[in-house]
Amino acid sequence: MSRRSASPGPDPATGLPPAQDVVEGALAAAGPGSDQCVVIVEETSEVEVRLANNTTTTNGSRRDRRVTVISMRQVDGGMAAGVARRGGDVDVAELVRAAEQDAAGSPPADDAWPLPTPAEADPSPASAARFHRPRASTELSVLTGVLADLSAAFTRARRSDHVLAGFAEHRQTTEYLGTSTGVRLAHAQPQGALHLVARSADGINSTWAGAGTTDFADVSVEELESRLRERLAWSARRIERPAGRYEVLLPPEAVSDLMVGLAYELSGRNAEDGRTVFSFPGGGTRVGEQLSPVPFELRSDPGLEGLECSPFLAATASSADTSVFDNGLPLDPTGWITGGRLERLRYHRAGADRSGTDPAGFIGNLSLEVPGASGTLEEMVARTERGLLLTCLWYIREVDPATMLLTGLTRDGVYVVEDGAVVGAANNFRFNESPVDLLARASEVGSTVRALGREFGEYFNRTSMPAVRVPDFNMSSVSQAS
Amino acid sequence: MPLVATPHRPLDVDQLAGARDAALSRAQAHGCAHGELRVEHLRSQQVRLRDARLEGAAEDVELGMGVRVVIDGALGFAATVAGGPEQAAALVDEAVLVARSIAGAGGRPVELADEPGHGVVTWASEYDIDPADIPLSDKVGLLAEWSGRLLAAGSVDHVTAHVLAVTEDKFYADLAGTQATQRRVRVHPTVEAFAVDPDGGFETMRTVAPPAGRGWEYLQGQGWDWDAELESIPELLAEKVRAPSIVAGEYDLVVDPTNLWLTIHESIGHATELDRAMGYEAAYAGTSFATLDQLGSLRYGSEVMNVTGDRTTPHGLATVAIDDEGVPGQSFDLIRHGVLAGYQLDRSIASTSGLGPSNGCAFADSPLHVPIQRMANVSLQPAEGEGPTTGALIGDVDRGLYIVGDKSWSIDMQRYNFQFTGQRFFRIEGGRLVGQVRDVAYQATTTEFWGSMEAVGGRSTYLLGGAFNCGKGQPGQVAPVSHGCPSVLVRDVRVLNAREESGR
Repeated sequence: MSRRSASPGPDPATGLPPAQDVVEGALAAAGPGSDQCVVIVEETSEVEVRLANNTTTTNGSRRDRRVTVISMRQVDGGMAAGVARRGGDVDVAELVRAAEQDAAGSPPADDAWPLPTPAEADPSPASAARFHRPRASTELSVLTGVLADLSAAFTRARRSDHVLAGFAEHRQTTEYLGTSTGVRLAHAQPQGALHLVARSADGINSTWAGAGTTDFADVSVEELESRLRERLAWSARRIERPAGRYEVLLPPEAVSDLMVGLAYELSGRNAEDGRTVFSFPGGGTRVGEQLSPVPFELRSDPGLEGLECSPFLAATASSADTSVFDNGLPLDPTGWITGGRLERLRYHRAGADRSGTDPAGFIGNLSLEVPGASGTLEEMVARTERGLLLTCLWYIREVDPATMLLTGLTRDGVYVVEDGAVVGAANNFRFNESPVDLLARASEVGSTVRALGREFGEYFNRTSMPAVRVPDFNMSSVSQAS
Repeated sequence: MPLVATPHRPLDVDQLAGARDAALSRAQAHGCAHGELRVEHLRSQQVRLRDARLEGAAEDVELGMGVRVVIDGALGFAATVAGGPEQAAALVDEAVLVARSIAGAGGRPVELADEPGHGVVTWASEYDIDPADIPLSDKVGLLAEWSGRLLAAGSVDHVTAHVLAVTEDKFYADLAGTQATQRRVRVHPTVEAFAVDPDGGFETMRTVAPPAGRGWEYLQGQGWDWDAELESIPELLAEKVRAPSIVAGEYDLVVDPTNLWLTIHESIGHATELDRAMGYEAAYAGTSFATLDQLGSLRYGSEVMNVTGDRTTPHGLATVAIDDEGVPGQSFDLIRHGVLAGYQLDRSIASTSGLGPSNGCAFADSPLHVPIQRMANVSLQPAEGEGPTTGALIGDVDRGLYIVGDKSWSIDMQRYNFQFTGQRFFRIEGGRLVGQVRDVAYQATTTEFWGSMEAVGGRSTYLLGGAFNCGKGQPGQVAPVSHGCPSVLVRDVRVLNAREESGR
């Protein structure tokens, strides 16, 4: 494959050859040991700072490059794939040989399928231009506003007997993908997050606010601080509540963690094998089943406004429903749950073909919405006679995959609502609940807003979620934690 | 000379001397109170089979260098995948810049507890066969053969087999004169069998073999009897499928080390990290009920409870010669006769708390991540002398459960309230095992659970368990850690029925 345009030259920060040259060099190095070849270069530039006890603590500034070569080779009975991945300044010939060696030593792959062609991927000129751009980069200056605000925030916290902790991070990841079928794609993904926790000096009350962002233009320490102040004021009155079933208002951040967990379970193959909550008893899947009387729309779409993410599949390893053979495939908008009905499960192309369905890939954003729902969390509080308003969930783990029963904790503020207003703060609880059941039992759903999950937001930053009212949420026991 | 990531060229000290000298002399020129350079070459291999067929395999080599400095009371960290003396010196400049920019936000000065130089140290963990030297086809072949044995049994519908193998090479040098070159090898093989109920639902049974600081020889039977474990799984799974659902209530528990290691990890390991106890993880991993003012007085558990932290146990996943701040690996008390006796420290928290010097618990999971306080091998000591066998502990229970293997886990952010499940649960009646039950989860508060521990088993029941995936810090870091423990007897623990919890 000849180079298509002038190389941008060595990376100014690392002195490494440009990603495009690595892609072309590896594809050129693929010898007779590869019938097909895929090269993925991920460039990351990242800055972060942590804070705790009203002071900054650790920090970091880093640049990373990972190069993955996937060699596909005809073996007895089908196509086999070998994957090799290296960091930094890569010897492409060695890397290609390592991938070819693994391909030669592998049995035929169950997920083998012809690599996408440029026509099947994205043949547009805009796409070609993206491939030839230099990597995106971030600098500590992105956090200048945050750092400037922190100083004043620490002073305010000390004055009001609060202790601040938190985290701010910003990252630019640029992914370059080239295949021996001529596909050339790239995607630059900016991503940031700001977390703040305020605790009373005696440690009894604690609350959290967090936000996902692309560039820190739309989030600020001050805005999060004001949310924290309101919630700490709610905590002035302490109301003990025992374990039991409660009417609960789940804020969008809590719904985010539950839905991200659910989305990970949307594997078609695992469901067909009888191994998930989406398996149909006796065989097959629950696709087509009405999961909830509420017309929930759970979907992923690379073009979702504000949550834009990579529009093509880049897989560095195969799994039950993601295939290295699908690299470069466009990721189309996908409705997982439509009108409250389970619509789609994830499949790679080979799996979808075997199951007589359409492929659906893993997409880097998730949105839950009820069309027409409009209430804010505050309006939902005002409509609550007796209930608990949560802040976020924590340490969520699967207890029983057959029902997708999850356990976890409430964290950083459980507020008692009576007659339409917050009247105090309660203790924390351990819950045992299935998000699939929660969708079925939801009694009210608010408007959808961008939300950062407290637990999974680190791995899955881009979600939009509504607040959800559940009339009988299972608080299994009291947690003394604050 | 640039760093180039290849699997068979781990760190060459002569090649790194230039980067070391450039980084340390630049740090000295800046007037840094502390400066360290860490270069790492991390090779990991992952192989996953489904129903004896390869589902995915990946080989990864991560290579890079990180610099941490303390200057004018501020800490700065910078890292890159590029190598060489020029890049190392530039990283020091960047780390100094980061330190000064962030110090502008205010707050308290950073200090690291004093640590003398320890000279040139070269060390490797105990292993025979570097897993990186085993061809992928042999790895797939072994896992396929294991899977085939299970699939041949009528009770098994599906099998997954997985192995993760890591070869970690690390070079560390600091201004105090410590230079450490270390290699650690670790493997974690698992095999899980599934039985699908045609009427809906399914049950699983997974190997309980722990991850180990060993080489490929572990999969060949050194340190674990794979043949025996694989042979037992189909019948154990068949029995679980037929087993009645547990009646929720209070039970006496005999907890096997294959399950207890995780309870120790969550309720003792994390709770005795002093950075957590002093609020430094409040935004993420959480804090701890075991606060510093209770050191020496907190009644953590019963008299038979003795817990140590160490970075010295052979085959331990947290075992090192020198930690990522230049502190030698060592062993120390955390709980003596049921009372809180110590904490895990890194140099920063050792200084802040006044408990210094550090006891060697700093770790970074990548050359690109800053070292933070991470867990030592935290282990519950067995009874002195011969001590009871697991059978003898079971013999002391009239109505209870014997719990084997870990599965689901969750604990709150101050390490009070936890809930665990397991691989299998045997009902105990009149001191004898009378068959499995299912849908069990046990729930307790840390000090109540350990306070109800009536007896610990003897050395013969002791096993070194552990995990590769302990999470902490922002950005998240993943650490491997081992936990040794005997079987134990705990009275009157709340047991839930997981199906009832889900409202079914």
